[in-house]
Amino acid sequence: MQKRLVLDQAQLSITISRFCHQLIENHDDFANTVLLGLQPRGSLVVDRIISRMLEIQNVNLQFGYLDATFHRDDFRRRDLPLRVNETKIDFLIENKKVVLVDDVLYKGRSVRAAMDAMIAFGRPQKVELMVLIDRKFTRDFPIKPDYHGRQVNTLESEYVMVEWRNQGFPADAIWITEKESK
Amino acid sequence: MEQLNTRHLLGIKNLSTEDIQLIFETADSFKEVLNRPIKKVPSLRDITIANVFFENSTRTKLSFELAEKRLSADVINFASSSSSVKKGETLIDTVNNILAMKVDMVVMRHGSAGAPHFLSRHIKANIINAGDGTHEHPTQALLDAYSIREKTGSVAGKKVAIIGDILHSRVALSNIFCLQKLGAEVMVCGPITLLPKFIGALGVKVEHDVGKALRWCDVANVLRIQLERQQIKYFPSLREYSLYFGVNKKLLEQLDKEIIIMHPGPINRGVEINSDVADSEHSIILQQVENGVAIRMAVLYLLAGIKL
Repeated sequence: MQKRLVLDQAQLSITISRFCHQLIENHDDFANTVLLGLQPRGSLVVDRIISRMLEIQNVNLQFGYLDATFHRDDFRRRDLPLRVNETKIDFLIENKKVVLVDDVLYKGRSVRAAMDAMIAFGRPQKVELMVLIDRKFTRDFPIKPDYHGRQVNTLESEYVMVEWRNQGFPADAIWITEKESK
Repeated sequence: MEQLNTRHLLGIKNLSTEDIQLIFETADSFKEVLNRPIKKVPSLRDITIANVFFENSTRTKLSFELAEKRLSADVINFASSSSSVKKGETLIDTVNNILAMKVDMVVMRHGSAGAPHFLSRHIKANIINAGDGTHEHPTQALLDAYSIREKTGSVAGKKVAIIGDILHSRVALSNIFCLQKLGAEVMVCGPITLLPKFIGALGVKVEHDVGKALRWCDVANVLRIQLERQQIKYFPSLREYSLYFGVNKKLLEQLDKEIIIMHPGPINRGVEINSDVADSEHSIILQQVENGVAIRMAVLYLLAGIKL
């Protein structure tokens, strides 16, 4: 299987720490800020940020998991419908600053669906987007991340794989592979 | 598995256990949607659904209509009492005329068993059976089993007694299929005249003593006496039925355990169930109604989710 490493465990850890510091810079005491992880994989990134944030500044950030399956624009157009994941948001986002978090930004369609889904919980004051990997020049929608870990050039035939140790992988790592081998 | 193995929901009999589990898992997500400030998702915005009711219905029709609207579908309603059916139009002509208006799904209730099965062989749209005669009522059985799962964690291994008019009940048959597929034990209980002759062949226990049925079960699903379907007298009087087969507080107090009470509605208070039971903390009758919308959303969503 052909695959190349984008971020290894140490680099990924540095990126998560950088995200925390950037959030601290931009959001003061987080009194009005919430993090929303896009299900299924953005939620894993949010979990990492939350636990790192506790280590860095002992801040208890409000966070939730958002599933946008019912808001996708490819319903009835895919060969197989997507499996629905849990949405877990115990608060309203009315007038809040929302940071949407995902692992990989590709076409931008998931983020569009997520912004649509998010509005069911109120009208946010501001929405930011945070992604570990930004696949450049692949967007179908005018969507740009406010925070990114690494920008990469990829082909249509490639797939970005994010592996987490707590998901049973030997180490945290991000790889680029051919789609067939994912 | 992300997709149902069927294009139509005609009955529980032809659903697999995996299909039922998928419907339940999807309904979990829709229950969460129904508790949001904005209780609506755009999934079915390009779909038109016809609710075709040849028989009266209050909660099933409302529940389907609400589920459809929560999914952003366009909805048209048809009631046979105010239609050309009264002028002699056939079922297939009526439905084909509705489909000519570019309808994608049909939710149908009909007085004759097998009517939705017949339609599914002749038209392209997805058909959902909302009750056909005394045959099946699949969404009611799904929401009943879903409510048991929600209340107790699992349907498998539970003992469920279905009490009342089993003979005329489509809810009973669908419930038996659904509960058995999910691993529950089922008992039917009622006067001998209101139990179908060979019901035991379905693998259910048969009982005529309500007290014994209640002592045996973890969940009692009390069914309505369907007076409108009874052309002859199956029991001497409602008073006598209530005396021997009605579920009341006194009976429940004699048990050494707590059981869950269900009823698919509409309730004949004081006949098959007393108010002191229907409104007690043991009753999950209103949760059943709430879960009905989530279950119907899940069914509509999953049936619609086939590639164009």
